[in-house]
Amino acid sequence: MTAPASAQAPAIPVLSVTDLQVFYASRAGDIKACDGVTFDLRRGEILGLVGESGSGKSTATSGIMKAIAPPGRIAGGRILLDGEDITDFGEAEMRRRRWRKLALIPQSAMNSLNPTMTIAAQIADVITEHEGRQEAAALNHRILDLFQRVGLPSRINAMYPHELSGGMKQRVCIAMSIALNPAVVIADEATSALDVVMQRVVAQTILKIKDELGVSFIMIGHDMGLMAQVVDRVAVMYSGQLVEIADVAKIFAQPAHPYSAQLIAAVPSLTERRPMVISAGVTHDPHNPPSGCIFRLRCPHAGAICAEARPALTQISPGQSVACHLWQQDESKAYVRAPV
Amino acid sequence: MSAPLFDIRGVSKIYGPAATGLVALDDFSWTIHQGDARIVTIAGESGSGKSTLGELLLRSSRPTTGEILFEGEDIWSFNAARTRDYFRQVQAVFQDPFGVYNPFYRIQHVFDMVVRNFGLTRSPAAARTMIDDAMTAVGLNAGEILGKYPHQLSGGQRQRVMIARAIMLKPKFIVADEPVSMVDASLRASILDVLMKLRDDLGISFLYVTHDLATAFQVGDEIILLYQGQVVECGNAHDVITNPQHPYVQLLMNSVPRADPNERWPGHVELPAEEALRTANAVGCRFAARCPQRMPRCDAATPRRAGVGPNQHLAACFLYG
Repeated sequence: MTAPASAQAPAIPVLSVTDLQVFYASRAGDIKACDGVTFDLRRGEILGLVGESGSGKSTATSGIMKAIAPPGRIAGGRILLDGEDITDFGEAEMRRRRWRKLALIPQSAMNSLNPTMTIAAQIADVITEHEGRQEAAALNHRILDLFQRVGLPSRINAMYPHELSGGMKQRVCIAMSIALNPAVVIADEATSALDVVMQRVVAQTILKIKDELGVSFIMIGHDMGLMAQVVDRVAVMYSGQLVEIADVAKIFAQPAHPYSAQLIAAVPSLTERRPMVISAGVTHDPHNPPSGCIFRLRCPHAGAICAEARPALTQISPGQSVACHLWQQDESKAYVRAPV
Repeated sequence: MSAPLFDIRGVSKIYGPAATGLVALDDFSWTIHQGDARIVTIAGESGSGKSTLGELLLRSSRPTTGEILFEGEDIWSFNAARTRDYFRQVQAVFQDPFGVYNPFYRIQHVFDMVVRNFGLTRSPAAARTMIDDAMTAVGLNAGEILGKYPHQLSGGQRQRVMIARAIMLKPKFIVADEPVSMVDASLRASILDVLMKLRDDLGISFLYVTHDLATAFQVGDEIILLYQGQVVECGNAHDVITNPQHPYVQLLMNSVPRADPNERWPGHVELPAEEALRTANAVGCRFAARCPQRMPRCDAATPRRAGVGPNQHLAACFLYG
């Protein structure tokens, strides 16, 4: 657990993203796939990044890794990684930092392994590519240590990807991501293709790595149940914007944004059958986003103000920030929820 | 009594040589009756054989052994006319509502193709009525949707359009293979609700293929759980999910992440040991290698199904018979 902020100087976040904008050019104008996203990743925490397909979760993290291909472009924002401003870095400078400072477990991690190489050879490849040639025995020792960290038996060393189960391949990808001791690992839907048991094994592996190595994770996903089990804080994205970021206990106890509330209410129960919560409203055309609040066309609480101004991400209580007009300051400057 | 809609009899699908090949589905039998519409969920991990069953019903692949009878007739004995009729009565909705559309055509085109390919009507007015009815049944407004391009719809809307397309053909049965897994969580309920309405209002039965036990619990009438191609537990969905008896199903139920940070996973799940190759000549319970309650006889023979729980649903485990 982190100490209260007042007890010591606030720790410098390992990753700090300010007003990140990633736009995709199209004939009908720019599509704002990631529009003004601001958040910090604290050292040794797991931050969950949730939202529907197309909400910009993967775009935001690709922007942080500076892996945006045309017609996409980084249109603005500032990124500090492990004390270094990487905002204006070019490809060569970024290449030296990927894997070493910032590693990615890609969305289809299981299919990203090379089918013609043994598991050990692929991990060795990552290490020697970035650190140069190594003595074989030392390299092998290091690979076996990685296997042990992610709970894989050493005999898979000489195996090929097709000989492993999905959960094992996923753990190979985790081993690879931590091979160069990065400060930050981005896990993009790392467990979505697995059954719940393997999902749990992989999640436990991530928690163990976090505790043992102090690696900070951004875990992209859409399963609020998994988020509740694994992450320290949750950031919710809707249509390219960050609408809420809060400590996991707070957001589940009292989701501040109506979209967060819908996501949590949509998790089906295993103990009682009850009518499912069906959210009304329509998703806007990305070429033609609504004025004001991005969520207002699907929001059951939207009022006149929501069409006029885009709500700013505002801290409404310690550990919880939301971008929503429903939250207003009362006379004592405390934020309360009031109809708009 | 009329013949059942589907009578699946001892169906196996083996990829590779008969003795040493990979068993995708092992001796599977199930009956779905006429006039008693229900949602049958088939659940299991990736590679457990659940999609294989859907493929077999859709005639995308042929059983290695066993037979699938549709209204009393083997689906592989159909002549051309009967095959055409079969593909009208049995429809499919797939996982990816983003990949199935041609982005250059408006939604209207999807429906025009169905009307033309199946010769539903020659009258544009009649076609429009059919489209309107199908769209209404899935909770969409045809006037709003038909002129749009796929990218202008949400994942939930796209998936409902695919269901509308399927029900225009007035099918008796729909294979829905992971229909909500790529749809935003907040919109999933709208799709599942449509499945239940179609069952109740139009009498369509579904094979709901999923790995998500919670949605299976919410919509399923019956549930079949597969592990490496074999049925481990099956029966009334409520009975199975509220009172699982097979060690694998109990492990699954304990691993479903609850959306409550104060109710974390109980204990620590052990990493699965080596997975045995599930070749056709392998014997023993397939789950034995991972089972916390493994006994000597689990490796010697394949367990038969036995009645378990207060309502006697079935579990294939030596703990029960």
